[in-house]
Amino acid sequence: EKHPDLLPGEVEFCSANPILKYTQDDLSQRGVFGTLFCTNFRVTFISDEKPQEKTDKTFKNKLYGENDIPLMCVDHIYGVYDEKRKLITGGLVKNKYPSKMIIHCKDLRVFQFSLTFSKEEDAKKVICLTSGIKCLCMYFVSAEMQWKQETVMFDSPEDWTQEMKRTKANCRLVTENENFELSQRYFLQLLLAVECLINVTNPKLSIVLTVNSTFTLTSIFFSFFFRMINAVAHNHLYSVKTEDLSESLPNIQDIQQSYNKFKQFFLIENSTDFWLSDVKWFSSLESSGWLDIIRQCLQKAVEVVECLEKDNTNVLITEEEGTDLCCVISSLAQIMLDPYYRTLMGFQSLVQKEWVAGCHAFLDRCNHLHQKDKEYHSPVFLLFLECVWQLVHQHSPAFQFSETYLTVLSDSVHVPVFSTFLFNSSHHRESVMKAESPLAQSGPLSCPTVWDWSVQFDSKAQNFFFNPLYLEKVKHDRAVRKPHKPKHQRNLSLPSSAFKTPPKKGFFKDETDSLKKMLRVKRLSRWRGSPDAPAATTREFFESWQHRPLDYHGLLLPCLDGPAVHIWMQRYLRWIPEVYILGGGSVAVMTKLMELLSQVQDLKRVLEQRDSSQAAKLDHRPYFQHRLLSFDSSGRLSSSFPFAYTCYRSFKPIIPTGLMQSLMVTDSLASQEDEASSVVSFV
Amino acid sequence: IESLKMEPLADVAMLPGEERVIDKDIIYICPFNAAVKGKVFITNYRLYFKNTDSTPVTLDVPLGVISRVEKMGGASSRGENSYGLEITCKDMRNLRFALKQEGHSRRDIFEIIFKYAFPLSHGMQLFAFLSQEKYEENGWNVYEAMEEYRRQVLPNSEWRVTFINKNYELCDTYPTILVVPYKATDEDLRRVAAFRSRCRIPVLSWFHKENHAVIMRCSQPLVGMSGKRNKDDERYLDLIREANGTTKLTIYDARPNVNAVANKATGGGYEGDDAYQNAELVFLDIHNIHVMRESLKKLKDIVYPNVEESHWLSSLESTHWLEHIKLVLSGAIQVADKVSSGSSVVVHCSDGWDRTAQLTSLAMLMLDSYYRTLRGFQVLLEKEWISFGHKFASRIGHGDKNHADQDRSPIFLQFIDCVWQMTKQFPTAFEFNERLLVVILDHLYSCRFGTFLYNCESARESNNVRGKTVSLWSFVNSDTSLYINPFFTPESSRVLYPVASMRHLELWVTYYIRWNPRILHQQQSPVEQRYKELLAVRDQYLKKLEELQLSDSTHLTNSSTPNAATPNQHITHLQTPF
Repeated sequence: EKHPDLLPGEVEFCSANPILKYTQDDLSQRGVFGTLFCTNFRVTFISDEKPQEKTDKTFKNKLYGENDIPLMCVDHIYGVYDEKRKLITGGLVKNKYPSKMIIHCKDLRVFQFSLTFSKEEDAKKVICLTSGIKCLCMYFVSAEMQWKQETVMFDSPEDWTQEMKRTKANCRLVTENENFELSQRYFLQLLLAVECLINVTNPKLSIVLTVNSTFTLTSIFFSFFFRMINAVAHNHLYSVKTEDLSESLPNIQDIQQSYNKFKQFFLIENSTDFWLSDVKWFSSLESSGWLDIIRQCLQKAVEVVECLEKDNTNVLITEEEGTDLCCVISSLAQIMLDPYYRTLMGFQSLVQKEWVAGCHAFLDRCNHLHQKDKEYHSPVFLLFLECVWQLVHQHSPAFQFSETYLTVLSDSVHVPVFSTFLFNSSHHRESVMKAESPLAQSGPLSCPTVWDWSVQFDSKAQNFFFNPLYLEKVKHDRAVRKPHKPKHQRNLSLPSSAFKTPPKKGFFKDETDSLKKMLRVKRLSRWRGSPDAPAATTREFFESWQHRPLDYHGLLLPCLDGPAVHIWMQRYLRWIPEVYILGGGSVAVMTKLMELLSQVQDLKRVLEQRDSSQAAKLDHRPYFQHRLLSFDSSGRLSSSFPFAYTCYRSFKPIIPTGLMQSLMVTDSLASQEDEASSVVSFV
Repeated sequence: IESLKMEPLADVAMLPGEERVIDKDIIYICPFNAAVKGKVFITNYRLYFKNTDSTPVTLDVPLGVISRVEKMGGASSRGENSYGLEITCKDMRNLRFALKQEGHSRRDIFEIIFKYAFPLSHGMQLFAFLSQEKYEENGWNVYEAMEEYRRQVLPNSEWRVTFINKNYELCDTYPTILVVPYKATDEDLRRVAAFRSRCRIPVLSWFHKENHAVIMRCSQPLVGMSGKRNKDDERYLDLIREANGTTKLTIYDARPNVNAVANKATGGGYEGDDAYQNAELVFLDIHNIHVMRESLKKLKDIVYPNVEESHWLSSLESTHWLEHIKLVLSGAIQVADKVSSGSSVVVHCSDGWDRTAQLTSLAMLMLDSYYRTLRGFQVLLEKEWISFGHKFASRIGHGDKNHADQDRSPIFLQFIDCVWQMTKQFPTAFEFNERLLVVILDHLYSCRFGTFLYNCESARESNNVRGKTVSLWSFVNSDTSLYINPFFTPESSRVLYPVASMRHLELWVTYYIRWNPRILHQQQSPVEQRYKELLAVRDQYLKKLEELQLSDSTHLTNSSTPNAATPNQHITHLQTPF
């Protein structure tokens, strides 16, 4: 009898056999027989048939394979009862026994299992556990922490100090909250802006205000709004604009609803559905509003950037809790402004800083516990990744990481192994870890972060995370690693030494002065006069940026016109065989590029070897630091590479069906003759 | 004195044979900037505008692109820049100019543009006949019908070449050389011609070397209301089927079923089941030229001058442009699939020069990698479109003032769009790049070259197009490096099946929205740039290695050669920051 290869700490609960798994890519109701297992980590299907060929996937996830669904990744389970489908929730299988089970996954895979051949009892148990499991399974490994070290975790004062040095931020670190005495919902350390000292009495107060041109985040409770502005305005040479995101952007419920509609278009169960939905494809996408939300977020980030960049004005962004859209907008603005965040490590550090340390409530938002209370669920982090993808798509050479990296990151949110996405805040994490620690058999509990990519992928597969188009900045002096100084800081008139010796003029000193400033700020904060106004000025800002030569290491802005906003094809279409382009897609071009790259590298090596005797080593530049992707050259890759392989499908074209459904041109034109003027010769 | 007043055409070199007609101070009302003051120069070939104020704006518009010129506003119109001209172009843009309101200032320029943009309506010649351009290669030699058929291993024991149409007697819209079933006599062909609309009999377009299946093209049978039959036509189609032992010949009627039925009323129709027992008929549901024209018009509305903002996707959908592209592509996929599985096919629509040309040429592009080369693509256009009588003159309206002519339709543009969609999906399969497609479309309208003039070969011959005009391919092949796709990987035996799903079909932004400076900027390909840089680096390395090896051999004889440093220098100077 077969059993799944269990991970350390994984426990098998139950199984059902025989189960027929339908093969997705045809309608003929054919499938593979096998056994369905449910463990504390996943649902897994093990085929009775021997794998026909060893599919030697270069891009394989070590934790779960193509027939595994981590329980946290399960989105919805449907039971099919006599052609009717019903949502199965809370582990309750209605009295009737479904003949078929359909699982929609959060990474957009769709599984269909026929249950008619197995024992009712067994299958029911599997369904029950799959749909109802509430325990968060964490699996504890001691991973080689190779990546973690490079990613700044922002869990110690040193990390913050380092970051402030890097950005030349004129801020002071406040450690009053080290033990979460001030706020449980906030950072381990509070970072306060410039020299403003705020009398933090309210334990709920949560502040990160950074008022240098590079930093943007602020999230505070509204009651402290004015005090904050005051402090900032008073102490800085610049004015401050405030923006309440809950007024100008969709709220988390809107985001959730929109995404729920949107994802339906990609959870395709069969060919007929696919072609039916093809007809109204564009208007369906639009009706979900998802792309529009992406556009709005990017737009807002551009507005923030404009303030910082053009007007040298600090920005204070607020929202009710300050841990959702604040995270999105501030991270996006930082990516646009600072090329460091476009490197892989920089990006990970940014997520760590703005999202993890910034207390985005991952546990609630991702609904890891499958709670019914829908109020708190929202794919806010995914929304952020979507926005980043748009930037990557438009300015690919500016990013060190690839879209595959983003796709994998979006999947990893639903793998219950990483501490990164399991908690609502640092405080939450610490308290849970403390509570669980005695239960752990050996030593304190350690839980890898998602940045330990080796937990999921071997180093070969990790090469897919790098973008071969990335234009590395030419370093003129390799020996000295100068801290990065972005262009937009040029105009900063504050001396960098201010960091060490902050001038002592708190805002308490001069009440009247601060009042004046407060008023000025209030006036300025009306920066959204009419709803159309910002779009127009941002458009101007965008155009003036566009007229300058494009610098991939400088400011980066997205084009937000309709045709420029695209669908993240790799993430959303990777499991749909109907759209696989065999031997095509951008993969084909990338393969060529990688081939040439390795050829050039080989040549360089040969030359260097020959040169080594000679002193004339003229060229020391690290030409190609990219890790090489090794695509298996056997067989043609499909456009969905590296996620799905189609090598074994017959090489037959897919012919659309239901073509005429929408194109009923009611116009009289349709019935008109091609040659209206001429008469067909009768013979 | 008049000529002294003329300034040299600011930045652009005039073509040999191009003559200046008028200059005028004018205001260009640019939809992307504000109004720009400048000067317009009109020649017998182009309209050229250059700013005189600070906004750097130039326009270089071949007059052939103009579809309509209108006066806007009157002498007494109020408002700034309300008096002037509005020019509608065939290439997805409109141009507006304003002039001073006094002294009928626009009369002369309006008349001159009207005359030179529509020379045929004024008893004048198209610019292609006035051009004195000279190129090393004669592009008219790119396509020789016999040579192309020989490439396809024709004639052979199943297919013969016939010269029955050498004086365009059988069919005046077909070329002189035709390939027909070996067993069909010329007499048979004449009798079949009588039963096919405009005598466009089924003739061979493409021959599959391995399985001997063929693509035949023709026009609709003249069945009419009474359901006429023609034994010769039926036998002829059966000869086609027999040629490679296909059990059932597949006839692809490009039209929607209802339209095919409706055509019976005007004497046309389709091959009925009972008459053609060894054939199966498939309708491909592609709409007619009028539907396509309206669809493109709607598309222009949403992309020019400004891209529809609030509901871009649903607006795009409502134009149906991509949906038509999808239908054409999926029709071609079916044709290609059938042929590669060994069955012969016959493709027709009503007259066999619009949808039929789209389907056969796209199917050939999918099946035969030769047509995906720069040269092969030129041959494909020359063969399936130009020689087989796609009515370019009527569809484009070269030099003709009747902008509302019902015969105009963007059928060829739609085909090029389909090709573009294929190049997008298979970025390594085509030797040519997007620029070639844009250049082809630009000169489809420009009237600078003779390639796309006239409706058919017989008209081209009687107007001596080959003798009097230059071919577009002379121009293109004089600098092919511009049109080469660096990613091209030849794979001779591969059939390309694009995915005809809206999920993959995209609006060709770099063509349809290229006038919008916001959009254009976003569309440069960094991949291509990077690849070319790498190629340059590789070549440098190779060169250096070669020199080193050379110096090694000289080292043996002469030990003091400081040669090796020189190639190194090259590399450091290279402008490739990785």
